[in-house]
Amino acid sequence: MDIISILIAWGPYLLGGIAVTLGLVLSALAIGFVLGLPIALIQVYGNRMLRAPAAVYVWFFRGLPILVLLFLFYFGIFPVMGLDFPPFVVGAVVLGLRGAAYQSQIFRGAIQSIAEGQMTAALSLGMTRWMAIRTIILPQALRISLPGWSNEYPEILTDSAVCYAIGVMELLTRTSQIVSQTYVTLPVYMACAGIFILLNYAGMQVILRAEEKFAIPGFGIQSG
Amino acid sequence: MSDYILRVVDLHKNFGEREILHGISFNVKKGETIVFIGPSGTGKSTLLRCINQLTVPDRGHVYIDDDEITGCGHRISEYRQRIGMVFQNFNLFDHLTAVQNVEIAPIKVRKMDKTLARDKAMEELRRVGMEDWADHYPSELSGGQAQRVSIARSLAMDPEVILFDEPTSALDPELTREVLEVMKDLAKSGMTMLVVTHEMGFARSVATEVVFMEGGQIVEQGPPSEIMKNPKHPRTREFIGKISEH
Ligand SMILES: Nc1ncnc2c1ncn2[C@@H]1O[C@H](COP(=O)(O)OP(=O)(O)OP(=O)(O)O)[C@@H](O)[C@H]1O
Ligand SMILES: [Mg+2]
Repeated sequence: MDIISILIAWGPYLLGGIAVTLGLVLSALAIGFVLGLPIALIQVYGNRMLRAPAAVYVWFFRGLPILVLLFLFYFGIFPVMGLDFPPFVVGAVVLGLRGAAYQSQIFRGAIQSIAEGQMTAALSLGMTRWMAIRTIILPQALRISLPGWSNEYPEILTDSAVCYAIGVMELLTRTSQIVSQTYVTLPVYMACAGIFILLNYAGMQVILRAEEKFAIPGFGIQSG
Repeated sequence: MSDYILRVVDLHKNFGEREILHGISFNVKKGETIVFIGPSGTGKSTLLRCINQLTVPDRGHVYIDDDEITGCGHRISEYRQRIGMVFQNFNLFDHLTAVQNVEIAPIKVRKMDKTLARDKAMEELRRVGMEDWADHYPSELSGGQAQRVSIARSLAMDPEVILFDEPTSALDPELTREVLEVMKDLAKSGMTMLVVTHEMGFARSVATEVVFMEGGQIVEQGPPSEIMKNPKHPRTREFIGKISEH
């Protein structure tokens, strides 16, 4: 069987894999954002009682190999907690929890790079600390974070392939199934690699558009 | 009801072992402009920051219209609305245009209607001669323009007092003049102002009182003519001599 007819025959199956892979990546990015931002705020503005667990969290999720995390949650933590999640959910959650640790450090750096005077000026106008964080610090910090944050997309996209190990039906898993059914190896894996590269490129284009859209003269990221 | 809009009573502040403010007391009447001068590191900025509690004093009291600001807990943001502040480095919000910088506090803090807040912001920009720059970002403004916008930002909250911490010391003489003009107009319009500055021309023409501080204490205070021409304390004389050389 030549690669063209394989791709035609298995095309829909591979497309399904693309959907699963993108599902993993987008959920992981979202979970990473929703958890990563509060962790960053705690690390910058929180009291010691809150900062310590945040630091442990970041250290834990950045310190372990992704495959170890995946097995730990899939075979260990979730079953012990009585949670019977399907592989996709475990994959998305673990990638997301780990992404949160990395994203928090991007946001933390951005928040800390904002001059002290911005907060001082906001407080002097009668804003509460939380109001100043929301209306002055975060809009600036998120803009500053965007270039660093955009590296998270290719990172998580490439990491998502480890979900193969717990049987998530993503691109790599489906590719290997096609290989074992057709006995065609190199061309099929090449096709898989090509799809990852395309997904990477397309995603980066979307992010670049976003960076241009949010650009402000002389501030953080530049347009054009 | 006392005659004073602002009263500072026996303010003390230490940073670690170092005593920065050493019992500062003074009163300000409505419409007065008080100019603070003194060597670097004397605690002038710390004094201004203790008035609106950006720095919490160790001891002493600050009153605005007989309401005590010190030790007021969560109500501090209400008092800060009544006390504007203008900084040496402007501290404009970098992600907002000039007009957005001016309207944001009325909208967020006062919950003012957005169209009303925009009108008010434009009015304040007009007052400092910056209405044509409303849609520009801080990075697109000169220092003098940025400082005028920051004055407009304070004015938009209708403060009873404005604190200026060396508002022109980051500016060259040309830009200094345009900012001082705005401040003179403000003083003439009856705004109560506390100004840390070494611009003696400004002090001479608008200050009701000049306060010379050194080592965390008020060494001498009086009308500008007296402090500048006829200082009683030798340290004041020495300092005045030094700053009027250039
Ligand atoms: N947050 C702080 N922590 C420790 N020391 C501080 C702090 N803020 C100010 N100081 C010290 O307090 C002293 C007084 O500072 P302050 O800025 O009030 O002086 P200043 O009179 O405004 O001086 P300048 O003319 O240089 O602005 C300085 O020696 C400064 O180093
Ligand atoms: Mg100072």
